[in-house]
Amino acid sequence: MAVTVQTLDTLAPGQKAVVKDLAVEGLERRRLMDLGILPGTVIEPELKSPLGDPTAYLVRGTLIALRREQARHIHVVPLEEEQDEH
Amino acid sequence: MNTDAVMPKAACATCSLAQNARLIKLGIETGGWDYVVALAGNPNTGKSTVFNAVTGLRQHTGNWPGKTVTRAEGGFIYDGKRYKLVDLPGTYSLLSTSVDEEIARDFILFGQPHVTVVVVDATRLERNLNLVLQILEITDRVVVCLNLMDEAERHGIKVDDRALARDLGVPVVPTVARRGEGIPELLAAIAQVASGEYATRPHRIRHLDPEVGQAVERLTREIEKTFKGLPNARWVAMRLLEGDERIIEAVRKHELGELAPAAEMASTMQPALETA
Ligand SMILES: Nc1nc2c(ncn2[C@@H]2O[C@H](COP(=O)(O)OP(=O)(O)OP(=O)(O)O)[C@@H](O)[C@H]2O)c(=O)[nH]1
Ligand SMILES: [Mg+2]
Repeated sequence: MAVTVQTLDTLAPGQKAVVKDLAVEGLERRRLMDLGILPGTVIEPELKSPLGDPTAYLVRGTLIALRREQARHIHVVPLEEEQDEH
Repeated sequence: MNTDAVMPKAACATCSLAQNARLIKLGIETGGWDYVVALAGNPNTGKSTVFNAVTGLRQHTGNWPGKTVTRAEGGFIYDGKRYKLVDLPGTYSLLSTSVDEEIARDFILFGQPHVTVVVVDATRLERNLNLVLQILEITDRVVVCLNLMDEAERHGIKVDDRALARDLGVPVVPTVARRGEGIPELLAAIAQVASGEYATRPHRIRHLDPEVGQAVERLTREIEKTFKGLPNARWVAMRLLEGDERIIEAVRKHELGELAPAAEMASTMQPALETA
């Protein structure tokens, strides 16, 4: 079965996923990495702000707020699917 | 907790009698200091709690709205030396900062503290070490305060602070700041690093290829010529080569030398969103 890569902004709350790729360059990429978001990192949407942007994600034990514009560039694979693969 | 290896002189620091004799809290009194000490670290690691324990002040602590968005200053005397302690907002990085993180970054880089204490969360060490390594790149006067050791213990997390101190090349002091545990040892480590008695050997990542290295050196010399007395010109050179817009702008407008005072102005700004 092929794994479905989706972007982080499309992940449902509570759905854990693994980061596959950061499709962004330069300082924006560095910012994500400084927030602890790298390929292989487990990430989970926790809460949306009233207007749905930004969203708070659980990353390495800390809630990190990301704007949709940032989340759009983060490619993830939902965790169950990744486990099914093996 | 094994701290004796890192701080041979602190053996008696834990007895409260000795501590009372060695520490005098000065509150907001910061004049005539011998040393300036910065308190840096990720958000919510206990920086303000350490600050309060040492100065006797009541900086707001806790989760938002306890979040520090401006820098606070306080004083203390330890072993007869006067210290000015600067409590900074939490930051994840020196490289890609959000607006309120810039206050912390500018002070760490350009405020020329004699010692930078990085307060880290023992339960989230991996995340916290990113900032530690970035700070070790720019200064060798660093003490790591390994805080929230009670939480770590509660979660069954054991941290080998001696191995960490060896690998990082700077003192690592386990603390439970909320209960004042480890604060005497922390003060002893700060004093030893400030005086140079403890010679640190900071872990640094050397990965530049020769061509980039030469470009950095050349640019560093130019920056030093243009901004006389600016600390961390090499760091600025790296950011320019990376194309960091805000640093480029600061150089273009000749504002680099004023970055530390600029942080003071920014302190009136409202708390932005936690990150990003
Ligand atoms: N359990 C435990 N809690 C602590 C300890 N140190 C601090 N805290 C608590 O952690 C919370 C955050 O502490 P602060 O001192 O405000 O943290 P900070 O690093 O100044 O936070 P920012 O300024 O937002 O970056 C507070 O509720 C403190 O009481 C500790 O050693 N153990
Ligand atoms: Mg604080």
